[in-house]
Amino acid sequence: MKWIYIGVIVATTTVGEVLQAKGMRSHGEIRDFRPGAIGRAMSALTRNWAVIGGVMAMAVSFFAYIRLLSVAELSFAVPATAVTYVLETVLAKYVLKEQVTRLRWAGAALVICGVALVSL
Amino acid sequence: MSTESARLRVKTWTCATVVVLSNVFGNFFLKRGMPAELAGPLGYITVLFRPWVTMGVMLLILWLLSRMALLSWADLSYVLPVTSIGYVLVALVSRVFLQEQITAQRWAGIILIMAGVALVSRGAPQTAQGTHR
Repeated sequence: MKWIYIGVIVATTTVGEVLQAKGMRSHGEIRDFRPGAIGRAMSALTRNWAVIGGVMAMAVSFFAYIRLLSVAELSFAVPATAVTYVLETVLAKYVLKEQVTRLRWAGAALVICGVALVSL
Repeated sequence: MSTESARLRVKTWTCATVVVLSNVFGNFFLKRGMPAELAGPLGYITVLFRPWVTMGVMLLILWLLSRMALLSWADLSYVLPVTSIGYVLVALVSRVFLQEQITAQRWAGIILIMAGVALVSRGAPQTAQGTHR
């Protein structure tokens, strides 16, 4: 049963985070952290379809996640969902057009190996 | 290092710290507050009113917002590995507060994750073109 939750979590997290990154990138760098400016930025983001879609996917992921937490150890649950790293790094390159340098691939690969060791 | 890239670096590190800590403690509080069984669909709602779960959810909202702010200037392929230092903290927090074990294998994993984070965080946070302002 917990593997079904993990499948749902991985799919919704990947889609949600890539959409979130896409939406925030199109919004542009947030430079002003005063409450009024944050409020204005947030109201602009409620009209950003990629951000809305991303947050909705992450909400589904969140409820699947708390369900998983009630049946699994935290130190299993967190690392097991780390497959999203591979998927998201690939999508960052091809969908978000980021320059994933060799340094970043190497770092991502180390992180993925580390996460596998921590969770297995 | 130019003033602009120094400014971006400080801002990136500050924001990444908030992202990591809110995520680690948000998850920890959630795990602490979750009951063994959820009673039906309504259980998903009522569980939110347990104090530990409420605090966990608040921290995860902070996590979502700070992460969105970070992604407004930093690449996803930078944010992902750098914020993965959270996995190390989760393992440590689980050991200290939940008495879960850290085996030799897990320590090895923790070291690999930290090496990966160190590697990626040396590079620039931003590479995607056409959207710089």
